This record gives sequence, structure tokens and C-alpha cells, in this order.
Amino acid sequence: MNFSGLIDNFGPLTVTGLAQGAIYALFALGYTLVYGLLRLINFAHSEVFMMGTFAALITWGSLFGLDQNSATPGVGAVLAYLVIGLIAAIIVSGITAVVIELVAYRPLRRRNAPPLTFLITAIGASTVISELIGVITHRNLRGVPPLIKPANVVHFGNTSITNLELLIIVLALVMMAVLDTFINRTRLGRGVRAVAQNPDGAALMGVNKNRVISLVFLLGGLMAGIAAVMYVLKIGDTRYDAGFTLGIEAFTAAVLGGIGNLRGALLGGLVLGVAENWGAGLFGTQWHQVVAFVLLVVILMFRPTGLLGESLGRARV
Amino acid sequence: MRQGLVRALGGVAILAVIAGSAACNSTSKSSSSSGGKCGYELAFFGALTGSAANLGVNIEHGAELAVDQYNDKNGANCIKLDKADSQGSEQVAPGVARNLVTKKKLLGIIGPAFSGESAAADPIFDQAGIPMITPSATNPTLSTKGWKTFHRAVANDQNQGPAVANYIKDVLKAQKVFVADDQSAYGAGLADQVKAKLGSLVVGSDKTGGDGQQTDFSSVVQKIVASGATAFFYGGYYTNAGVLRKQLTQAGWKGVQLGGDGVNDPGYAEAAGNAAAAGSIVTLPAQPAAKAAGDFVSQYKAKWNVEPGTYSDTAYDAANMFLKGIDAGNTTTSKMNTFLSTINYEGVGNTYKFTSTGELDPSQLKIWAFKVDANGVPQPDQQVPTT
Repeated sequence: MNFSGLIDNFGPLTVTGLAQGAIYALFALGYTLVYGLLRLINFAHSEVFMMGTFAALITWGSLFGLDQNSATPGVGAVLAYLVIGLIAAIIVSGITAVVIELVAYRPLRRRNAPPLTFLITAIGASTVISELIGVITHRNLRGVPPLIKPANVVHFGNTSITNLELLIIVLALVMMAVLDTFINRTRLGRGVRAVAQNPDGAALMGVNKNRVISLVFLLGGLMAGIAAVMYVLKIGDTRYDAGFTLGIEAFTAAVLGGIGNLRGALLGGLVLGVAENWGAGLFGTQWHQVVAFVLLVVILMFRPTGLLGESLGRARV
Repeated sequence: MRQGLVRALGGVAILAVIAGSAACNSTSKSSSSSGGKCGYELAFFGALTGSAANLGVNIEHGAELAVDQYNDKNGANCIKLDKADSQGSEQVAPGVARNLVTKKKLLGIIGPAFSGESAAADPIFDQAGIPMITPSATNPTLSTKGWKTFHRAVANDQNQGPAVANYIKDVLKAQKVFVADDQSAYGAGLADQVKAKLGSLVVGSDKTGGDGQQTDFSSVVQKIVASGATAFFYGGYYTNAGVLRKQLTQAGWKGVQLGGDGVNDPGYAEAAGNAAAAGSIVTLPAQPAAKAAGDFVSQYKAKWNVEPGTYSDTAYDAANMFLKGIDAGNTTTSKMNTFLSTINYEGVGNTYKFTSTGELDPSQLKIWAFKVDANGVPQPDQQVPTT
């Protein structure tokens, strides 16, 4: 164990962990929303994310001829590229999520299939999409244009936050606030909460259940699209299986915070990201997942429903 | 699904073998001159798909060129080269190996390409008595398991590790070095050799996930930046190495990254981006393929339309050693193995003699350092002493 390594690098490890955790959190929202509504673990969500990473890269590549060996464009152009990349990723991820719902889940729901069937179609949809992209891209890495020139914007002690890390963390917090407001304050959000609380009751009150379900998949897809752009900027590459390990981490974050709970997903993501980095600092990077999952088990032993408890329309409303 | 595909491909391969040997028999009947030499098989064993496939493809291309040239002289389909795709995976390799050893006409294996898959597949080949010449697996322990049919046509990491360390000390003159590896048999073995030789110059070390299993390296990057190291050695393959280099550059680290032969591939710059990859040092426990003797480079280019890559020339020589054995009438696996133990073969890349454990004769060991140029291509820089 390397206590001095952890203590000396405590600030930087925390900051990079928060940035990674923010990506987990945005990603985890898709799991948590769908679970909160349908009690369904949408394993294909990792592919919703992966499609978003490729959408951003292909947009930058085909529309603007940017590849990873391009020079960094000027600030104004970068902002435009970022917004366009985000829009492309959001659209593609959103569509992918809704299509998965329509093709893999809705027909089963109509026939009242048992929960196990949904699990299998989820894994099936996930494999189909990721293998398809794997074959199309020859399983190669695809590099990201250097859109953001790394620069330190905040300093305290030996810790500095780069512009990219700041962007990721702030964007995640903002999106979380927007989504939280949407679910809790708007009419559509009320519909989501109603279906989560009592699907039949909501239907009797005139809520269109299928539309609400599609909406929830769409919201999860949008958040995954944003996470995808943040991911490619941070990691610098994507591949057909980019969503796989990250999906497991994001799902873990959702459970850690309390699955079905939006704020829980944020907290769970950040805690997981930071814990992994602290674990890596203390024991070495090869231990980072061991540390994270031991932490998960310990937390769930004391709080079986996660840090903030399960709710989407339950407890808190 | 992928396994199903492998099985289907295996089935097709078997059919092709049957068809090929039938065709071969008919030609050998008609032409008496090449009668005893035809109808046999050699096999390439290594990754043709997967995250480190480029390395496997270089080797396969080199071996296939040798076999094609032999067949041009001795009749089409005289010797068949099986292409066994292990995906570079320790899990996939044993199944592929068991499939290969059932082939009665198989006289030799060019490969297995990587160290991890070698550890898994070599015992199967050894038990079946099939001679192997690996043109690329560099883990030192492979020659210590008592396998009678194992041969290595390049130097191993006991030579490559110290050579990397010598380059860091004598050429880069770095005072602080960080070492990390991917926990693979190859990566960890090489990193340990580098660490041992560098001694007190190592200011920190870490281990990452395996190839393709980790994409966020922020904790490693943070440790490297915080350690103040000016050189960073990564024991692993080119995909992880490239992603690491990219994230290091993003974090503002300006030092030199070094890697072993597993990083010596244009795929490194494809992952890192040319700007980040430029200036990195990668080694090769053999001579550069571009400096191979004779017409090898032009013949390779004519056939494959690309420059020969890492180990293409060694694989070409390995295949030619087997073909020379077949020419000399060594048409059983045990005769072939005896033939290899006494061989003294001057190929396009090196002169090959093997010790009793299957290692290359110490006088023939060569280690080269390459520098990645601005276009992301590793170019031969200088030969490095191994001690």
C-alpha cells in the first residue's frame, strides 16, 4: 500500500475521479430512468452510448474533415464543433434508445412476457449493435480530433483542474439539474412519475403509458449522447466495445446511488469515480475496480437500496 | 457468436485442406521431380483479428510470401499454409491449437506470435511433437518449460529489457523513469526486466488493465506527471500504449514514452494521434525488416502492397527454415525437429542457430531501437547493446 502516493496526489486524483464520475453519472441516468419506470435493466444502454461516440466522431470527420491528426481549431470554431458534435451524438443516441425500446421491448411488453425475457433481449440487442459496429469498423480504434487544447484553469496547491475536466463536471451537473426539474416540475415529468408509481392507475387517469416509456428511453439516450461526447474528448479514442466496461461501471453507479433515483445516479457516479482513483492511488491502478466493487458491497450492506434510496416518484414525492 | 464463426471458418479451412491436398496429389503424380516434397502443411498461428492483429498480419504475410515462392518453384499448392487465427487471446489459443494438431500433414508452426498465447498453446504443440519457430514471442520463460519443439528466432525480453534500459540511460540520459505494464505475460515480463536494469532510476511503477480492457488511464497519467519522470516505459501492446500516450499528452506531460516490440507498429500512432506519438521510442529484438538482405523488401512490397512490418522478415526466414527442411527430406515432425536443432541458416534478416533450449544462439542476438516519426511510422534509429 502506498499511503504517501495517495496523500501526495490526493487533489489531482480526486479531480480526475470526479470528471470520470461525471461521465458515469450521465451514463447511469439511462439505466436509472428505465429501471425506475419499468423495473427493467436495459443492458443495451451501453450501445446507446457507443453509438453516440461514433456519431460525434463521424460528424466531425465527414462534415468538417477533422481527424485526430488535424490541428486544434480556433476557439469559436471549437465551440461550434462541440455543439454540433453534441447535437449529433444526442440525436443518434436518442434514436438508438427509442428504436431499442420499440424493437426489443415493446413487442414483449404487449404480450406480457416475463422479466427474464426482457433481460435476454436486452443482452441480445446489445450484442447485435456492438458486433455490427465492430464488423463495420474492423474493430479498430477511431481517434478523436484534438478539439480542446488542454490548459489548467483552476489551481490550488498541487491540484489543477483542466478546462476539459471543468467542462465535463459542470455539464454533468447542469444536465442533472435540467433533468431533475423536468421530471419534478413539468407535465410530462408528472406523467413519468405517475407511470413509475402505478402504471395502471396512471393509464386510468389518461396518461399514455407507451408514450411515457418512449420518452424515458429518449431522455436516457440524450444523456448518454452527452456522456459520449465528454468521453471521446477525455479518452481520445473510441471503439465498438467502448460502452461495455463503462456500462458496467455506470450501472454500478446507478445501484450505488439508489437505482431509480436521479440524484442518486449523480452521487453514485461521482463516488464511484473518486473511489476508483483513490483505490488506484493507494493500491495501484490494477486494483481500481476491486476497490470500487468492495466499496459497493460495503455500502449496499448498510444501505441495501443505495445511498439515496430507490425512487422515481416514490419516497420523495 | 464469434466462436460459431471460428468453427464455421475452421470447417471451411478443413474443406480447403482436403481440396488442396487432393489437388496437390494429382500434380505430384504428374510431375515426378517434386514428388516427395509436396502435400505437406505449415501453419501460421497468431492474431489475425483483435486489438493487436497488425502484428499477427505482418508475420502471416512474411510466412505466406515464403510459401508462395516455394510453390512457384515446386508446383502450385505444393505446400499449404494454414492460417490459424488465435485473436491473440490466451482463451482462444488452446482450442485453435488442438484443432491444428489433428492435421496429419502438418510439419511446423510459424508462431505462436504472442507470449501469452504461446504459454497456452505451446504445450499442446509440444505434446503432439510439432516443431514451432516463433518469430515474435519474447517472454524469457517460454524456453524454460522443457518444450522439445520450441524455437525462438528473435532475442527474448532478457535481452530486450536491458537494451531498453541502456537506451534510456545512454541515449535519453533520463534521470527519472516511470514504468508501467498491462499485466500480460509479455508486458509484465518486459517491464520487470527494464525495472531491474534501471534500478534506482525508476521513480514509480503501476499496472493497467489488459489490452482493450481499460480506456481511462487518468490515475496512471496522474502518477506519471506527479513523479516528475522524463521517460516512461510501457510494457504492453500498441493500442493501450497509444491511448496512454494520448492521455499523457492531454495532461501536459512532455517526456518520452518507450515501448517494446509490442508497440512497434503504426497502430500505436493510430491510437495516439501522430502529434502525440512522434518521438516515442520502440524496440525490436531483431533487425529492422526494412534492412533485410536480398530482394525481400521489394518482393514483399510487390506481393502485399505495403512495406514489410515488424517481424515480417523473421517470419519469412522461419517459414524458409521449415521449407529447407522439407527440401532435405525431413517430412516427419520428429525429423524436422532434429533438422532445426542443427540448423545454421542464413536468412534475409539474420543467421539462425538454436541452442538446446530453442533460443537463438547468443552471438546472433540483435536489438534495434526505432523512433516514431511525424507521420506516426516507427523508423530504425540505432542498434542497442543488450548487456
